[in-house]
Amino acid sequence: MKWHEKSLTELAKALQTKEVSSTELTHYFLKRIAEMKGLNAFLDVQEDLSLQEAKHADELISSGKAGFLTGIPIAHKDVFVTKSWKSTAASKMLENYISPFDARVVELLGQNGAGMVCLGKTNMDEFAMGSSNENSAFGPALNPWNSAFVSGGSSGGSAVAVAAGLTPIATGTDTGGSIRQPASFCGITGIKPTYGTISRYGMIAYASSLDQAGPMGKSAEDCALLLNLLSGQDPRDSTSLKAQEIDFTSLLGKTWVENADLPLKGLKIGIPEEYFAQGLDAKVRETVQNALKKFEELGATCISVSLPKTKLSIPVYYVLAPAEASSNLSRYDGVRYGYRAKEYKDLNQMYERTRSEGFGSEVKRRILIGSYVLSQGYYDAYYLQALKIRRIIAQDFQKSFETCDVLMGPVAPKVAWKIGEKSKDPVEMYLEDIYTLSPNLAGLPAMSIPCGQSQDGLPIGLQIIGNYFSEAKMLQIADHFQKNTNWHLQTPNLQSVEGAL
Amino acid sequence: MSSTNWEVVIGLETHTQLMTKSKIFSGASIAFGANPNAQACPVDLALPGTLPVLNKEAVNHAIRFGLAIGAKVAPKSIFARKNYFYPDLPKGYQISQFELPVVVGGTIKIQVDGETKEIQLTRAHLEEDAGKSLHDDFYGLYGEKSSGIDLNRAGTPLLEIVTEPVMRSAAEAVAYAKELHALVMWIGICDGNMQEGSFRCDANVSVRPMGQEKFGTRCEIKNLNSFKFLEEAILYEVRRQIELIEDGGTVRQETRLYDPDLQETRSMRSKEDAQDYRYFPDPDLLPLEVTQEMIDQIQSTMPPLPSTLRDTWKSQYGLSDYDAALLTQTRSTADFFIELLGLIGIDLVKPAANIIAGEMASALNREGIDVSASPIRPVHIAQMLLRIQDGTISNKIAKDIFSTLWERGLNSPLPDNGVVDALIEEKGLKQISDAGAIEKLIDQVLAENQKSVEEYRSGKEKAFNSLIGQIMKVSKGKANPAQVNQILKDKLNS
Repeated sequence: MKWHEKSLTELAKALQTKEVSSTELTHYFLKRIAEMKGLNAFLDVQEDLSLQEAKHADELISSGKAGFLTGIPIAHKDVFVTKSWKSTAASKMLENYISPFDARVVELLGQNGAGMVCLGKTNMDEFAMGSSNENSAFGPALNPWNSAFVSGGSSGGSAVAVAAGLTPIATGTDTGGSIRQPASFCGITGIKPTYGTISRYGMIAYASSLDQAGPMGKSAEDCALLLNLLSGQDPRDSTSLKAQEIDFTSLLGKTWVENADLPLKGLKIGIPEEYFAQGLDAKVRETVQNALKKFEELGATCISVSLPKTKLSIPVYYVLAPAEASSNLSRYDGVRYGYRAKEYKDLNQMYERTRSEGFGSEVKRRILIGSYVLSQGYYDAYYLQALKIRRIIAQDFQKSFETCDVLMGPVAPKVAWKIGEKSKDPVEMYLEDIYTLSPNLAGLPAMSIPCGQSQDGLPIGLQIIGNYFSEAKMLQIADHFQKNTNWHLQTPNLQSVEGAL
Repeated sequence: MSSTNWEVVIGLETHTQLMTKSKIFSGASIAFGANPNAQACPVDLALPGTLPVLNKEAVNHAIRFGLAIGAKVAPKSIFARKNYFYPDLPKGYQISQFELPVVVGGTIKIQVDGETKEIQLTRAHLEEDAGKSLHDDFYGLYGEKSSGIDLNRAGTPLLEIVTEPVMRSAAEAVAYAKELHALVMWIGICDGNMQEGSFRCDANVSVRPMGQEKFGTRCEIKNLNSFKFLEEAILYEVRRQIELIEDGGTVRQETRLYDPDLQETRSMRSKEDAQDYRYFPDPDLLPLEVTQEMIDQIQSTMPPLPSTLRDTWKSQYGLSDYDAALLTQTRSTADFFIELLGLIGIDLVKPAANIIAGEMASALNREGIDVSASPIRPVHIAQMLLRIQDGTISNKIAKDIFSTLWERGLNSPLPDNGVVDALIEEKGLKQISDAGAIEKLIDQVLAENQKSVEEYRSGKEKAFNSLIGQIMKVSKGKANPAQVNQILKDKLNS
């Protein structure tokens, strides 16, 4: 049985009917992980621990105490701290760090929560800073569609793991596109919900006001099932919001308006003209436009809208996120845990060497940018100015939602690039984030679904941006698209990848 | 030039440790004296993935303080990060309030040399304390000389209370600090323990020629944890600055430390070395919103303030400044007195104040305990006062009763009712007020002291007192002194 091609619902039914046990499923995926080690999707795998969790899940299933997803394996981005697996955030700074507690996300899904089985921790850009996974201290996760290409980032390992069938589903985090862009590059579905939907407790912070966790899976339906388990207020995270009293799967399969002949009849899709401006790859444009045509076939209407500050989202993001990061990463000082330089003369040298040696170059770059924009004399010109534009960006979105239900466009201007191609020019890499940054700045939910492939067979993603708390509707819309297309069912030819590894 | 031509300008910043069960942003205890790092949880250690959660109790304390000094409690205030590296600062930043503090303005009245002065406050803001670095006598895992970090104090809630530069002498600064110290304990937000660092002052000191409007360059003296050091440090610093200027030098803006052994301040860092703290709003915490309902709720639980009580007691009961001050020195003394007031009539208030200021104060002092732990409670004092009033016992006997009850009460708690009457009965201390009985006593004494009688009759007034003393002695102190006085006078003059 090709369990890695099954949806969560299919796996849940197989477990319930005892067609397969959690232990068998876990063995199955652990084996695939071992076989595809070359993809570098995982940073820590502890087979015994996973199998213990599976055994526990099997007991729950036998005793009738199982939840819907109990026994189904999952992989966690290494940004979530775990008691049993190392939590490194792909940094040398935390190379052997083990947390005394589980992140809220891990806790909710694990043994004392939904009973899913953790397969291990997935690769990422160091401290979630990057768009290609090349910033991992432990080497990049490789794109399973072509291992010479990047997986996207920062949640690259999770995207690779799902795309290559190493796990049925995974968690990711998204600060400026870190769920959507790797999902797009690897041909999977990922959603970043409204800021505050999922607790950040136990999520290693990059930029606190932008960081948001979310599911990365094979379909909108799978993501909806996981989101149901993840959302909810957490007293340990002051910025987490009161739980949305909604079942994210409740609208799946329903028509947009009742008793309509077409599933999405009445849906108004806003097309931000700035998302189709200069810089967008021709094939990506064509593919996204074809997807929009499909939505029209399903009954939706496309209207043109404007998000005039889209271009500014790059400088705004690259002021605010580094500012917060520079402070969030101050705790990695070599004093209490993590990496400490071997030799130093005094305290200052200990700090300098620890941080120079422990952090990778992109992390250091962002700490420098962040420290600079918060400095006396620059704070007003950079940080405060960026905050103002951030508010305008949020207002622009609200204006557009007066005329449409959701916004759609590309996730990224291009498909995955070759490993090493952009790593010499950080600014060029920053520009690739142009379509994904604004929703984070506004705190809006946004998702990526596969909608086609490039000439070279690399996946292309469609971005759906919704208004606050409209995740259920976004998932409903994406699900209709996936019920009527098969882009999300495409899988990479791993034999060819293996050969190349 | 002499120093009288200089005006001293002082502003104080006081860190008061708030009395809460747990830390300001974590659930760890803040109790003093635990083993190093026994009270540091993952949040205090700044482990990856941890987040701060604001302790509402600390906020309530801040509101309480704002109400006590007539300040504005901000409907919205912001927590900011103050970024700097130090081993006992686990996150690499301190969470504090910068641009928008929770308490704005307010005043505290002080008295110096019999004059009342109002000290204006700038602000009071909530923040977390840092941990402690241990350098002396600390040894590492292999017995090597080392430095240690104790994070028990990290995250302890502080209210930093800042005045305007309105104090003009060390005496004013000390008076303000003492008044503030008494107030924060009074309203129950700080235990006031200066030795444990619960209340510590930074003094900003500058001097300027008398009459000049522009402030001189100031120096900040950090971490003064006793009123004595505060006074000494300011006096030294003022002298230093004046001498420096008079010798043709200029004062450098800097942070200084006071060395109590040498009784001098010395430079810690200059303004040029001052760090850029890169303040920005903490994205992990929502703005702190204080509603009118929260304020009303806290207002309804506020105790009457000492200044209010003093004014009331002086005007309603005619208490002296001294007694009023003594009775409001601590909240527990005032509470004791208020409880007593509820048990006695208005004509007994002054005698009541006398007992508390006299017998009570010295007994507490001797025992080294707070009035809240006193074995004699208001109900017992009320009983004594009633028995004095109805003539059952004299003031002198009352003192004996007080000390007997005190000793007994220290051994085992006294019952509320009947203890005073039972003791009078037991010891036969009832006053002799029967004129016949007193006359008998007097006759006996007169017969035995003919010499004194003659001396009195020959004009020696002193002899009268000696006779009174003899009579009281014979009566074992129980004879009603007023009656003895009257009857003796009648007998001698007849």
